[in-house]
Order: sequence, then structure tokens, then C-alpha cells
Amino acid sequence: MTTTTDALLLVQFSNGAPSTFTVMAGKGRGVAAFTFNIEALGIGRGSMPEARVGPSPLFPNTDFKPIPLKAGEDEDYMLALKQEMRGTMQRLPHNIKPHKSKSEVERYAERYLKQRRVTDEEWTPDWNLLPKELMPQKKKLRVKTVTKKKTVKISSKDTKDVLNKLDELAKTEDGNPEKSDDETEKEKKPRGEDEEEVEAEEYEEEDIEEDNDYIESYFDNGEDFAADSDENMDGEATY
Amino acid sequence: MHRACTGETRASGARGAGERKCCAVCVDNEKSHVSSGGLKTSAEKDDSPGAQNLRTIIHETDTSLDLVKKSLCVLVQHGTCVFSSGRKGPGSPTEYQTCSNWILRILRYPRYIYAAKTLYGDTGELIIEELLQRGHMTLSSTVKTVADRLTQNMEEGHSMDYGEVSNTFSKLVETHFLQRCPPPPRAGTKDSSTPATPATPATPATPASTAVPTPESFPDCYKIPHVTLAGRGKRQLSAEDGEDQRNAKKPKLDSQTHGDEGIYWQVNFERFHLHFRDQAIVTAVANKLDQTSSEIVRTMLRMSEVTTSPTAACTKPLSANEIFRSLPGSYNISRPILDQYLTLLVDDPMEFVGKAGESGGGMYVVNLHKALANLARATIESVVQERFGSRSARIFRLLLRKRHLEQKQVEDFAMVPAKEAKDMLYTLLSQNLVQLQEVPKTPDYAPSRTFYLYTVNQLPTARMLLQNCYKTVANLIERRLFETKESKRLLEKSQRIEAILASLQAGGAEPEQLTEVEEMITTTEKQQLEALRLHINKLDSAENQVDETIFLLESYVISTATSTS
Repeated sequence: MTTTTDALLLVQFSNGAPSTFTVMAGKGRGVAAFTFNIEALGIGRGSMPEARVGPSPLFPNTDFKPIPLKAGEDEDYMLALKQEMRGTMQRLPHNIKPHKSKSEVERYAERYLKQRRVTDEEWTPDWNLLPKELMPQKKKLRVKTVTKKKTVKISSKDTKDVLNKLDELAKTEDGNPEKSDDETEKEKKPRGEDEEEVEAEEYEEEDIEEDNDYIESYFDNGEDFAADSDENMDGEATY
Repeated sequence: MHRACTGETRASGARGAGERKCCAVCVDNEKSHVSSGGLKTSAEKDDSPGAQNLRTIIHETDTSLDLVKKSLCVLVQHGTCVFSSGRKGPGSPTEYQTCSNWILRILRYPRYIYAAKTLYGDTGELIIEELLQRGHMTLSSTVKTVADRLTQNMEEGHSMDYGEVSNTFSKLVETHFLQRCPPPPRAGTKDSSTPATPATPATPATPASTAVPTPESFPDCYKIPHVTLAGRGKRQLSAEDGEDQRNAKKPKLDSQTHGDEGIYWQVNFERFHLHFRDQAIVTAVANKLDQTSSEIVRTMLRMSEVTTSPTAACTKPLSANEIFRSLPGSYNISRPILDQYLTLLVDDPMEFVGKAGESGGGMYVVNLHKALANLARATIESVVQERFGSRSARIFRLLLRKRHLEQKQVEDFAMVPAKEAKDMLYTLLSQNLVQLQEVPKTPDYAPSRTFYLYTVNQLPTARMLLQNCYKTVANLIERRLFETKESKRLLEKSQRIEAILASLQAGGAEPEQLTEVEEMITTTEKQQLEALRLHINKLDSAENQVDETIFLLESYVISTATSTS
């Protein structure tokens, strides 16, 4: 019985344009199946809204023109303040400029714009007010560069020293040089083989899976059809 | 306004999408893409506390560590983002949270500055402007910058005294328009070392700092530190000389100490809002009744400014005698006329002024919350009127007054032809401005035995309109960005030519040369530029004025929240 009220509630309009009005009368089928007189609700024959097609427009027409904006000294001053504010905010050091891809050729205009940027001041926030983790890590960066330079130096200068050291080490271990070599080789070989095998296995598995997929999706062995036909048969039998 | 009103009705508890979008666009506007990206993620995540730590932000925004750090610094500096640590127990990472309220205040910056100008002159204006632009500053640095700027605008040979500026500053603090920034939350490690909660050792994971402390909760909030400041504003010299001087001056300035390092000041938006509210009430009275009655209400509001708490529903009762004594002499209102005006105000249906008692020649109060509710109602009514016409507005007002009406009754009372009334009613219903209430006679809800009552709920409607306003502002900003992007080339060209002109003039070029350069912009381009300027002015003005509506609706919604609790 509640379905009739549902029908009423379906007279929902979305965004001005009415949606389609579906009739879900209590006892199903038929057109004039309301349990009450629709006229009583004030819905006449011609007053049904049209069906809606497509989404509502991005800039719908308004029935009434908007009233003009207030204009006066206050408004003008506030407008000026707003625009000035925007300008200064962009020149303050707090403004983070979007990352620009540097143009290859320096444009003529940039020379003039640069002159303006000179007024930019550095901003050093009070780190007492901010979490420690936000501090730019300048020190670490320096350390890194230093270490890099060192490694470069080592590679260029001290290679001889290192080689000498290695030679010395080899001499001290001369007692059993072959054995150690063999061991290392043995250790190396199986590892490599294992890795290869694992990879091969992975490939195989993938292949198998794909094959299976292929078979299931493409190759029809007729079993499905049989099952379907069985069901159909059953269905027919019940009729 | 109208175009943006495509149903945005979610407002219960959670922040609406419109509001959130507005936030993102605002920050985008004022700062940068990077920080807005960070903000978007932390706003969009919006799980119960809405807080995120540095690692997640970097992950979500997909930007470099340094950039995220820098933008977080900027956001914190401007108060648009707060951080807290140790929410998940001591030692947990610091979490960052956006304050959408603060971000939305960016829209109102021009209004704050303008209010400061009307109250405290140019000095007040510049103080507020500097503080808003930089988030927070120390007293000494504010005074210096403001004095320098004022000196810049003065005639040659004059300069602004630091003392004068700091006087204005302290006045602003005394009237609570400025306040100290709350001290930053201590790091989690420190909290664990000091036994802050020894009484509750069983629950160590209690969120100690989830609630952001309000600045007012610190006793020194409005206390001015002793500052040693002497000197006058310096004139910034132009071009290259200025640069040299600046470099020479910098270290000197830094080495000076004024005794207020580490004490930062910020603008107290709430106080400004109270001021705006009072002004709104006064202008409403002036529009409804007349100038004299508005002056009486203004006097009442000024008298109770100090005694009334910010969230009070009405001012402390004032006797007619007191009001009479406090009226400025220039108004020339005699005592009997004052009494007449007061009775008139009390009888007015807008109920701005109420009568609290008979003693002392009658005790009167200003109904702050009622006034806000009435102003909000007037706003909603005018929105209906401007969008759907005066006859729809008549139906709307009818429903507001009679609470619940059947369709037939609406048609009769509004004296609108049945068919049109139905149409309007359904349109209002579809826009969620009018609600439908079913009252079944029998439990089966059969339509033939059910009353369908139309009603208007003011608070949800106000909330909905508020969300629409936020969306409107977001759309306005988007449109402005689009317009500037469209004519980027043109703007760059005019900028360039201006720069060239300036440099030529500085170099003492001949007038022929100047006109030649000026003619590089064609007349059509000039027209285009002019049109663009007009469009952008309109969009900016609209932004300012939508914000006035936002302010009114916001105050109303907040006032209902405080009066019920």
C-alpha cells in the first residue's frame, strides 16, 4: 500500500527541470491505477512536467536578472584594498612561486621584471614557533657534498694505495690461495643457477596461468552448453 | 550567486564540499600551488581529526620534501594550519591540521583593514594590513614597518614617530582587536620528560593537545610587553641607492633588541566580527526606522561592549537613565523623545531591542541573537525574492509566518492563482527552500488520507545558503583566474611596456621616444585591457559582497549553536 505514496514522493524535481514521473500503483499494470483521484492533488492532464533529457546546463538561464553590485566609496576602497593586498602578498617572501621551467632564451621582459624582484626580502621564520622537523636541512646537504668530494679524491689519488694493500693481503693469505678461490667459485655458481631457476619457474607459472586463462575464455569444450541446455530443458518441463 | 546555486545541502557537522573547495581556492590565490596542494590533501582526507604528519603529506602531494616543508612553514606562519604533537602518545610524529575558518577569513581581509581604518585611521589600517599580510609579527617590527610606510607617503622632510605608531598599536590591543599568538605546543619529547599528567598514569594515550588552545586561554593575551623603541620612520630611497642602504641597514637592525623578541601578535578576528555584528545591527535599525534610533542602539551597544561576553544572546540590561546620560550631546535627543524611541524600538517586529524590566525608567537590552536571526531571515527572504520573484517570496514569507500550511491554504492566503502557486511551491520545494511534512490520518500513508504540510526551516536553509555562498566565492575566484589566464599575453605585454616606460623616464628620454613606446599597445588591445579590468573589478567586488552575506549567515549559525548549548 505504501507504493502509492512512493509514487507521490517521486514528484521530485531536480534542479528546476522535473524528472520523469513514474507510476507505481499498488496493483501493478494499467495506466489509471491510482487508488485516488489525481485531480484532487491538483495534477491535471496538461500540467504534468516534461521529461528531462540530459544533465542540467552549466550556466542555466535565470528567470530574474541579478541586482547590480553595491557601488560606493566603501566598496571601491575595499576593492582597491583587495587588489593591493593580492599584489603585495605575491611579492612577500611567503609566496612560493610555482616552479617554472627555465626558458632557454632569456626574454627581454625578464630583465625588467628582475629589477622588481630585487625588493624581495628573505624570510627567516622564528623556529621556536615551528616544529623542528620543518627546518631546512642545510647542514646535512653540506656534509653530503663534502663526502662526495672525498670519495672522488679517493678514487683518483689513493687507488694505488688500495691496490698495494690488496696485494699485501693476498701475500699473507698465500698459504691457501687455491682453496679460497674454489670456495668462492662454488659459492658463486649455485647462487647464479638458483636465481636462474627461480626466474624460469616464475616464467613457467605465468605461462601456465595465461594458457589456462586462454583456454577458459576462448576454448569452449561444450560442457557449458550442455548445462545450459539441461536447464532449458528443465525450464520447459515446468511449463 | 544564482549560477552557483546547484544544490549543496550537506552542512550537518562535516564541512561542506563548497566550503572546502573555497578553502583550497583561497589559498591557491594567496600563496601558491604547492601549499594549496598540501592543503587539499589534508583537507580532503578530513578524517575525524583531519590531521596528517609530514610523511603522509609528502606522499600524498607528490612534491619534494623541501617544498612541502616550506609551504607548511608558510601555512603555519599565516595561521592557516596548526600542528600538534603526541596525539598518539609521546614520541609520535607531529601532525598538521588545516584551519578552514582561518582560510575563509582571507576573504574578509579587506573588510578588517577597512574597519581598522575607520576606527584608528591610517596607522591602524597599516598595522592591521601588515599583520594580515605576514600572519604574525612582533610589536617592534610592526611599528617599524608601519612607520616606514607612513613616512614613505608623507611629504619630504616629514616622518612618522615610532611612538605614535606604537600608541595606536597598544590601543588596538586594549580594545582586543589584536592579541598575542598562543605559545606553540611543546614537542612530544619534552612532554614525556616532564610528568604533565601524573594523576592519570593508567591512560597515557589521552590526547593532550587535540583541542587547539584558544589564544584567550592564556593570561597574557592582551598584555603589552615593555618595548624600548625610539626613532622615526625611515624613507626608503629609490632604485640602486635603496638597495645599498638596505644591505647596510639590515645587520644593524638585527643586532638591535627591543625586549619583545618571541612575543608575536595576531589579528583577533572574533573581535572584528563582534564589531561587524554591531555595525550590521545599527545599519539595519537605521534602514528600518531612522537615523536617530540607530544612534540610540549604537550608544547601547557601545555601553555594553565591555560588559557583555562575546557569545551572550543579549546585552546586559541598561536603564533608560543610563542610556540618556551616555548619549552624545550632539544628537539633541530630549528625555521624553528617548523614551518614545525606546518604546518604538521595543514594539518593532524585528525585536532588535527588548525590555528587561521597569526599574530605573525602564531596563532595555539589545537582543543580539534575535537580531542576527532576523537579519538572516531577511537575507533568505531577499534571496528567494531575487531568484524566484516577489510572488514566490510572498509564499515563502507566508510559510515562515504561519509555520505549516497545506497547499490549498497557501494558494488562498498568498492570493496567487492556484496553478501559479503550485508551480512556485514546487520550485521552492525542489530547491530545498521549502520542506514538505507528511501527516497521515491512518498509518498506511494513503495520499487521500494524508495532510501534506509545507514549511520553512530557517536554520537548515541558512546553512544551505551559506554553503552556496562559499561555492559562489570559489566560482568567482576560478573565473577571475580564468580571465587573467586568458589574457596573460596581453597583461604581460602591458607590464613590459610599463617597465620600459619607467626605465626610459628614469633615463631622461625624449617625449617622442616615450610616445613611440606607448603606441606599442594598439587601441584594440587597450580596449581589451580595459574590459578585462572591468571584469576583474566586478568579480573582486562580488567576492567582497558575497562575503558580507557569508558573515551574516555564519554569525547566525554560530549564534544558534551557542544559545542552545
